[in-house]
Amino acid sequence: MRHDSQLTLDTDSDREIGEELPETVYSPESQLLNPRRLLGRMFGDLKACRFLAWRLFVRNMAAQHRQTVLGYLWLLLIPVVQTLVWVFLNSQKIINVGVTDIPYPAFVLTGTLLWQGFAEALQSPIQRVQESKAMLTKIHFPHEAILLAAMGQVMVNFGIRLVLMFAVYLWFGVPLTTSILLAPLGILAMMAFGMMISLLLMPLAMLYGDVQRMLVVAVSIWFFVTPVIYPAPDGGLAALVTKLNPVTPLLVTTRQWLTGGDLTHLGGFIFVVVATLILSIFGWIVYRLAMPHLVERIGS
Amino acid sequence: MSDVLIKVDNVSKKFCRDLKKSLWYGVKDVAGEITGWGDSKDELRPGEFWSVNDVSFELKRGECLGLIGPNGAGKSTLLKMLNGLIKPDKGRISMRGRVGALIELGAGFNPILTGRENIYVNGAVLGLTKEEIGRKFDEIVEFAEIEEFLDTPVQNYSSGMKVRLGFAVAARLEPDVLLIDEVLAVGDIGFRSKCYSKIADLVKRSAVIFVSHQMPQVAKLCDKVIVQRQGLTKFLGKTHEGIQLYNNMFGEQETKTAGTGEAKIHNIKIKSGAETDIFKYNDSFHVKFDLEVNSDYETYIISLGIMGQDGSLIAQCHSKYNNTVFKNDGRKNKITLVIEKLMLNPGTYYLNIIVFDEGNNKHLLWIYAAKEFIVKGDFFGGCPIQLDAAWRMEAI
Repeated sequence: MRHDSQLTLDTDSDREIGEELPETVYSPESQLLNPRRLLGRMFGDLKACRFLAWRLFVRNMAAQHRQTVLGYLWLLLIPVVQTLVWVFLNSQKIINVGVTDIPYPAFVLTGTLLWQGFAEALQSPIQRVQESKAMLTKIHFPHEAILLAAMGQVMVNFGIRLVLMFAVYLWFGVPLTTSILLAPLGILAMMAFGMMISLLLMPLAMLYGDVQRMLVVAVSIWFFVTPVIYPAPDGGLAALVTKLNPVTPLLVTTRQWLTGGDLTHLGGFIFVVVATLILSIFGWIVYRLAMPHLVERIGS
Repeated sequence: MSDVLIKVDNVSKKFCRDLKKSLWYGVKDVAGEITGWGDSKDELRPGEFWSVNDVSFELKRGECLGLIGPNGAGKSTLLKMLNGLIKPDKGRISMRGRVGALIELGAGFNPILTGRENIYVNGAVLGLTKEEIGRKFDEIVEFAEIEEFLDTPVQNYSSGMKVRLGFAVAARLEPDVLLIDEVLAVGDIGFRSKCYSKIADLVKRSAVIFVSHQMPQVAKLCDKVIVQRQGLTKFLGKTHEGIQLYNNMFGEQETKTAGTGEAKIHNIKIKSGAETDIFKYNDSFHVKFDLEVNSDYETYIISLGIMGQDGSLIAQCHSKYNNTVFKNDGRKNKITLVIEKLMLNPGTYYLNIIVFDEGNNKHLLWIYAAKEFIVKGDFFGGCPIQLDAAWRMEAI
C-alpha cells in the first residue's frame, strides 16, 4: 500500500528484466561438502576482490603515517635504532656473536629487516581483520581483500626499508652478487610463512584476545632463537633450537642470497617452502569457512 | 521464468547471550565446519535460544517487504543471514542477482582520509567497480552535498555530512535485492526526503526488505510486512494489518492517579453515539465523567490530553483555552466534552485528564491513561493527527 503520491512510482527501469541472474544460496551445510564449488568460489573471490584490496591498501598506506611529522621515516628509524643497539652491544663485548661473513652492522641490519618482514606478515593479517570487525559484521564483501591489502602493505614497507639496506651495503662495501636475484624468492617465502601462521591462528585470535597477546610474547622470544643478530650456531643446544626453528632456513638462506654467502640451509628452506604452500591453502580455506561463525560471535 | 528474487525456506538461527559460552560454541562450530564433526545444528545447547525461528517468505522484483517487530525479535539476525554474513542453522535462503545493503552507512570510512579518498574505499567495499565509481563520482558528491569538503578529512565532517556521504555512495548500487536497515532516521529533513525518493526509486527495480521502527515509513514503502516477535513470525500479510498488530505489541499504559486529591472523578465514559472504545477516523468523540472539587476552590480548569501508545502527548483540549469557566459549587457535576471529529491516525490512544486550580499550575487530580481507545483504518499517515481539510482546484 503506497500512499505518498509525491514519490514517482511508475516503472521505467533502465535494466533489462528477465535476464538470467546468478543465484546465491545460503544453507547450514559445510561448504567442504562441495570442494569443487568451494575452490571455484575462492579463486573467483580472489579475482573479484582485486579492486577492493587495492582501495583498502591505498587507504591503509595513506592512513599509516598521515598524522605523523616524520611520516615514512618511521619505517627506517626503527630498524636503524635496533641495529645501532646490537652493534653497540657487540662492539662493547657485552654480547659476542662471533665472526660474520660481512661487516656486523650490515649483517645485523639484514637480519632485523628480514625478521621484521616476517613478524609483520605474521601479525598484520590478524590485526587488519580485527580492525575490520565493524565492516565484517555489517557488509558482505570478499574477505580475501583484507588479507591482500595487509600483505601489500607489509611488502611495500619492506621494500622501502630495502633502500636503507642497500645504502648500508654500499657504505660497508658488501659486494653485490648475482645470487641477489634469488633473494625476492626468500623474502616472499618468509612473508608467506608468517601469513600462513596468521591464517591458522585467525579463528581463535578473533574469538579470544589471549591469542594476540600471546603472539606478541611469542614473536619476541622467537626473535632470540632465530639467527637474526648472530650467525647460525654450529653446536650445542643453540644449534638444535635454531635447527628446529622453521624460520632459520628461510632467514639464513635469504640473507646468504642477499650477501653472497655459501648456502648452508637450502634443504630446510625447500622443505619449509613446500610445507608453507600446502598449509597456506589450508589456512585460506579455514579463514573462509570460519568467517561466518566468527562474524556471528563477535557481534556488531 | 518467475521473478522471485528472494526465497526463504524455514530458516532458523540460534543465538547465545552468554559471552563465554558463545565464544566456546564459536570454536566448536568452526571446528565442526572444517572437520564435519560438529554439534548438531538442530538442537539447542545450554544457554542458546532460537533468535530466528522457522521463517519463510518469498519476494519478487518490485515488491517491498517490511520487517517489523520489537527489539530482540531477530530482525537484524535475519537480515545478516540474507546478506550472507552469517549462516542459517536450519533452512535455506536463495537469492538471485546482485545483493545490495543499506545497513551500515559509511562502512570502511577512515576518519583521517578525505571525503574523496573515502568515496573510493566505501564504494569498493560495497562492491562497486572502479569504473562505476568513476562514472558516478560527481553524482555522489552532488547527492551528498559536500562539494566544498571533498578534500577535508572525514573526521572534520559533521555527523550529518558523514551519513549523507555514506548514503550517497550506497545509493549508487543498482541491486536486484536491496536490504535496508533503519539507516534513514538520521540527517536533516531535506536530505531525508531525498533518501526516500531514492529508495522509492530503488524499490521499483529491486526486491526490497525494509527493517524499520518508523511505521509511517513502513506504510509508505511496503507492499506487505512480516511481524516478528521473539524469533517467530507472528504475521505475514497486508501492511496496515501488520502495523496494527505491531502497535498492539507495545506498552500498554496503565491507569495512574496523582495530584492533591482535592478533586474526584467517577464514571468516565467515552462515546460515539453509543459507548465504545473503537472509533473510525472523523467519528464524533464524547467524553463524560462526574466531577467533584473541594469547595475551597472557586473555579477550576480541566485539561484533557490524548496520548499515543508510548505515552507521548499528541493533542489537548484545555477548558481555559476553550473559554469555558467552571464555577465550583462543591457538589458533584456531570462534565461532557465533545470533539466533533476525531482526526487521528489508526492506532491505540489514551485519555489523560487533569483538573487544575484557577492558576493552572496545581494538580487537583491527574488521571494518567484514564481510558484506552482505538482508532481503526487502513490509512497510515506520518503524523498522529490527520486534519480533515477541504481541497479545491481551480483553473487560473
